[in-house]
Amino acid sequence: MSTVKIPPVLRQAVGGERTVEAPGSTMGEVLTNLCQAHPAVGAQILTPDGELHKYVNIYVNDEDARLLQWTDTPVGEGDTVMILPAMAGGA
Amino acid sequence: MSPSYQDLLAQAREAIPEVEPSDIAPRVESGDGPLIIDVRETAEWDQGHLPGAIHVPRGFLESRIGGVTSGTDQELLISCASGQRSLLAAKTLADMGFSNVTNLAGGFARWKQNNYPVEVPRILSPAQRSRYSRHVLIPEVGEEGQLKLLDSKVLLIGAGGLGSPTAYYLAAAGVGTLGLVDDDVVDESNLQRQIIHTTDRVGMNKGESAKQAIAALNPEVQVNVHPFRVNRDNVLDLLDQYDVVVDGADNFPTRYLMADASLMTRTPLVHSSILRFEGHASTFMPYDGPCYRCLFPEPPPPDLAPSCGEAGVLGVLCGVMGNIQATEAIKVLLGMGDTLSGRLMIYDALGMTFTELKVRRDPDCPSCGPNADLQLRDYEAWCAGVGSHDHAGATA
Repeated sequence: MSTVKIPPVLRQAVGGERTVEAPGSTMGEVLTNLCQAHPAVGAQILTPDGELHKYVNIYVNDEDARLLQWTDTPVGEGDTVMILPAMAGGA
Repeated sequence: MSPSYQDLLAQAREAIPEVEPSDIAPRVESGDGPLIIDVRETAEWDQGHLPGAIHVPRGFLESRIGGVTSGTDQELLISCASGQRSLLAAKTLADMGFSNVTNLAGGFARWKQNNYPVEVPRILSPAQRSRYSRHVLIPEVGEEGQLKLLDSKVLLIGAGGLGSPTAYYLAAAGVGTLGLVDDDVVDESNLQRQIIHTTDRVGMNKGESAKQAIAALNPEVQVNVHPFRVNRDNVLDLLDQYDVVVDGADNFPTRYLMADASLMTRTPLVHSSILRFEGHASTFMPYDGPCYRCLFPEPPPPDLAPSCGEAGVLGVLCGVMGNIQATEAIKVLLGMGDTLSGRLMIYDALGMTFTELKVRRDPDCPSCGPNADLQLRDYEAWCAGVGSHDHAGATA
């Protein structure tokens, strides 16, 4: 099980939680399982083809997953997957 | 018998070699001379000194010399008004183990009589010395740093949640010129967090309102009110007038515009964004570190990117994030410390945690990468369109 950190804009889609546990041996599997359990998350971060939208940054243990192996990045017990969309607010 | 003043001078003269101004001036002028330590009092130093000299008043010599020298074998030239105080100071340094110490014969007076170049330091006025005394006391800032702040110009995009604390603290810090870009007026619902505004200024342009608050806090600060929205027609002219830009905008089109314009004008960009209990902050140094688009190549679609007006924001969050921005701006202006360049800081007020993520330059970055064709675009249309397409520039 990995811990997925949920950004403020997606918390409603997971019942208000700030973190959610999800199984999977790669970052892609973890997010697929998360989106199966919480389809409203998938609607926001996945394209109709099931790919991650380009505007969604994923960090695995505080490292940019684009610089690791993206969805193939191996994860396991105790790892943290952070979903990080840009925020615009300032006022 | 205790030694007299003359005895002390004679002893020092035996131990310390002296040089005439004519012997050392060529090296000083070419910039490869010894490190010059001027031990006179502040009022004397303020009247002028040898070029490149460092001021260490005699009374602080022993305590401060370690901080300004690289080691006891560094070549030092000690100078005062006539060469006597400096001779005794040089002897003290020799006693402290400095092995390469020379005294300037005749001191600053003889140097000046021979028409060698003199630097007259810019100095803080007595009122400024008092106002900024807590900055001047910090070695990393000091009088020199404070003068630099007074000469600095910072542009703030937005005088709202983030811009309020940022502008207030930068004004207090003595940043000489602040530009405030905001076309909005103060609303009652702003006052829960936009602390630079007041109840009796509801309805006033936010830049004007902030200008009044700043004038009451620090009348020395020049405030330029820009009561319009920044756009691709005015952004480059605006940025050319400032040293650093602080982004406290509340929408993606402005944020991506500022990201590109900061690259085009090579203006450091201090970034923060906020929502509910969470804040992001980073500093983008053009072509030196990653840019905003290395971090976020594309904006999310509007429904995944609510504004504070739509989703709410904890008022005090603005203070934390705005002051992180003010801190970063001051560090960039003074060239001190480690900025957030290459790092995204995420503050979660609910968990009271700061998380730091690494941000690296993207070799394929559409804005700052080597093959980027950087041009200002229609950011409104682009931000409205990228969510439904999934590759950069689809609707540019």
